[in-house]
Parts: sequence; C-alpha cells; structure tokens
Amino acid sequence: MNRQDFLVILTAIVGLIIIAAQFFTVEFIKTTGAELQSWGVIIAALALGLAAVNLSRIHIRRITLRRANWQYSVALVGILFIQAIIGFIDTSGGEVYNFGFENILTPSGAMMFALLAFWIASAAYRAFTARSVDSAILLISATVVMLGNAPIGQAIYEGMPDIKDWIMDVPNMAAQRGIMIGAGIGAIALGIRILMGIERGHLGGGDE
Amino acid sequence: MEQGLVFNFISLLIVSAAIIVMIQRARGGLDIQLRSIAGIDALEEAVGRATEMGRIVHFSPGIAGLDGTTAAQTFAGLETLGYVAKLVARYGARMIVTIRQPTVLPLAEEVVRQAYMAEGAIEAYDEDSVVYLSSEQFAYVAGAMGIINREKAAANILLGGFWAESLMLVEAAFHVGAISIAGTAMISQVPFFVAASDYTLIGEELYAAGAICSGNPIRLGSIAGQDYGKLYAMLILIVGALATTAGSSVIRDLIAK
Repeated sequence: MNRQDFLVILTAIVGLIIIAAQFFTVEFIKTTGAELQSWGVIIAALALGLAAVNLSRIHIRRITLRRANWQYSVALVGILFIQAIIGFIDTSGGEVYNFGFENILTPSGAMMFALLAFWIASAAYRAFTARSVDSAILLISATVVMLGNAPIGQAIYEGMPDIKDWIMDVPNMAAQRGIMIGAGIGAIALGIRILMGIERGHLGGGDE
Repeated sequence: MEQGLVFNFISLLIVSAAIIVMIQRARGGLDIQLRSIAGIDALEEAVGRATEMGRIVHFSPGIAGLDGTTAAQTFAGLETLGYVAKLVARYGARMIVTIRQPTVLPLAEEVVRQAYMAEGAIEAYDEDSVVYLSSEQFAYVAGAMGIINREKAAANILLGGFWAESLMLVEAAFHVGAISIAGTAMISQVPFFVAASDYTLIGEELYAAGAICSGNPIRLGSIAGQDYGKLYAMLILIVGALATTAGSSVIRDLIAK
C-alpha cells in the first residue's frame, strides 16, 4: 500500500463517519463525528502556521533578491512580525493588538466591499449590450428588475413591480433551483469519486 | 435516524447507487460520451495564450475551506488545478495560485508539484507559485487583484467557492486584458461570472470539470450517473407539482419525513 492508497482509505473512513453522523442518532457515531470535526479545527490552526511560513518565505526572498516592488514586502513582513509579537505580549483580546484590526483592516475591508458597486457598474456596462437574442433578453430583464426595484419604475408604469416579482419568482427562481439541484448531485458525484479513491487530484493526482 | 432526514437519506442512497452503478459500468468498458463544455475546452487556449504572451496564469481554487457545505467546490477547484498546472508545465508558462484558506495551501502546493513531476518538468517548478495571501476575504481579494495587475495576467482561472469577491477578480483580469474562465456553485455569484467572464462553469459543470479534463472513462462514468440522479429529482418535482395541483400533500409529507 502506497501513501496515496493509505490516504484514500483514511479519507473514506472519516468521510463515511461524518456522513453517518448527520443521519443517525447512534451515540458512538455522533461522538466520533464531533471529535473528528474538532480535529479538523486543530489541523486548520496548524495550517495557519504553515501559511505564515509560506508568506514569510516568499516575501523575505523578494526583499533579499530586491524584486520589483520589494518595499511592499518589507511592510508586509514587518507588520506580520510586529502584530505577532504584540499578540504574544498583549493577547488576542488586548486593546493594542486589536488597534490594527479595528482601524486599518476593518475599514480597508469595508472600502473594498464598497468598491463592488463600481465593479458592478463596469461589468454591467459590458454585459448589458444587445449583441444577440440572449444578451437582449438579459438587458430587458435587468432593466425591468432595476426599474421594478426603484420608485421611478412604478411612476413610469404601475405594474412594473409586479412584472419584476414575476421575473424573480418564476423564471429566475426556476433557473436557480435547477442549478442548485444539479450542483447538489454534482457534489455527491465528486464526493463518491473522492471516497472511492477515483479522484485523487487533491492528493497530488494519479489514478486508482 | 434523525427526524426529518429519512427522505434525504433515501434520496442520497438512490443518487449514490446510480452514480456507483455507472462507475462500475464504465469500468466494464461502457463508452461514455459527454457534451463538450466551452469553459473546459478554453483552459488549454488560456494557458497557450499566456505562454505566447509571456505572462502569468492566475488560478484561484476559491475562498471556501475544506469543511462545510462549500468544501466540495474547493476540491473541484483543486482537481482542475492539477490539469491546469500540467498544461502550464507542458507549455513552459508561469502560474500563480492564490490561496485564502491555510488548509488549502498544502494541498494546492502538492497538486502543482505533482503536476510538474508528471510532466517531467520538476526543475521548472517554482515554490513561490502557490501563494497564501490572507484569511480575510477582502485582504485576499486585494492581494489577488494586485498580483493580476502587477503581473499583467494573460489568463485568470477561478474555479471554486466564491462570494462577493467574484466580480472584483474577474473585472481586475478584464482591465489587464486577461481571458477569464470562472466556475462556481455559489448561486448568488453565478450571475456575476456569467456577466463578466469569458467562459463560465455553472454549478455541476464545476464538479465535472476535473473528471472531464482527465478524460478518465471511470471518472466520466460518475458524470453519466449524475444524469440518473437528475432524472430522480425531476420525477419528484413532476409528481410533487401534479399532486399539489390536485390538492394532495403526499410528496410534501414524504419530503418532510
């Protein structure tokens, strides 16, 4: 038995226990399933250390080789280590430790999210051009839905919100459910391929 | 058995049985033909384009982790990453894989390393090609957009679970002239990918991508088995719609069991 075969057997055993824990009320299976998921949390915490090593290695190399924009790497590595040291001293609940999160990371994240509105406008400008029958349907539907959601739509035509509701509740909902059912069955098929050891891409490839 | 999950469990068994039967039939030599999917066919074109232009291929297996209901999308992304990495190694192109979840990092590194080994090009494997950026969603997307912009990516391949960052990544790629191939099963993000990317893998196509890329007949058997699962779902839908129209709640009651 090679390394991959061992990992496939381990994956199948763990996977089947987790699936069984979802459906059966047998105490042993429930406890084992919960325990295995706790191990997952511990492994995830260890993986964060690996990720920090990856990040440090790549950026320290960029600095030492003076690659393009290496100054940004200095800032990244500096903040990474300073924040870690503060965390050891001040603990993760400390005021100093959380200063950076609350005053830099959170506003920056909010800013990125706010930019989404401009990205949507840019993408919509390209997508909403009637170059074919399909894109014309997309353009008309999107226009009706936008007008149906805005007060001006009702001012133009009273029934606009009703048309919008029909588009959202009937063709849109039907398509969404179709995609979700297909995706659900696709996920089951992928799960079976992984549990049977047919799909080994995540273990580095190769066939059974 | 947990209350309210009996129907789910039986349905899982039926769908699984259909898939396993088709896998076994494929093992027995059954010839399975699948329709071509434009997004999968375009993967080689995208890598070829990046090679000709001397620019990078950016790949993201999504921002979902290895647990919970979205984990399958990450695995699907990693399956296709192996195929893309082989193409990159074969053509001598350059690839940067950006990672958000620490748990995905070692898997992605192993997938890319093994792909280079399989192509006999391990000396060309760059340890820095798989990059962990941040566990924070928008810090990750800012980092990935920065890489796409600075490196002037020629191809942008996004296959996995994506949330609000989906459109940002595709638009960043568009603005540097990259070809985008995006796939997800996140229903709220599919419209963004459809509107903004050049090729889109919708829902089940994402899960099938790895199997189709491999060309392995046994893996393709499972895709054929999915069709029987869909037939089962259709049957329930039609009978349920007819029963409800006739004033019967038999299917609704059955599903609630």
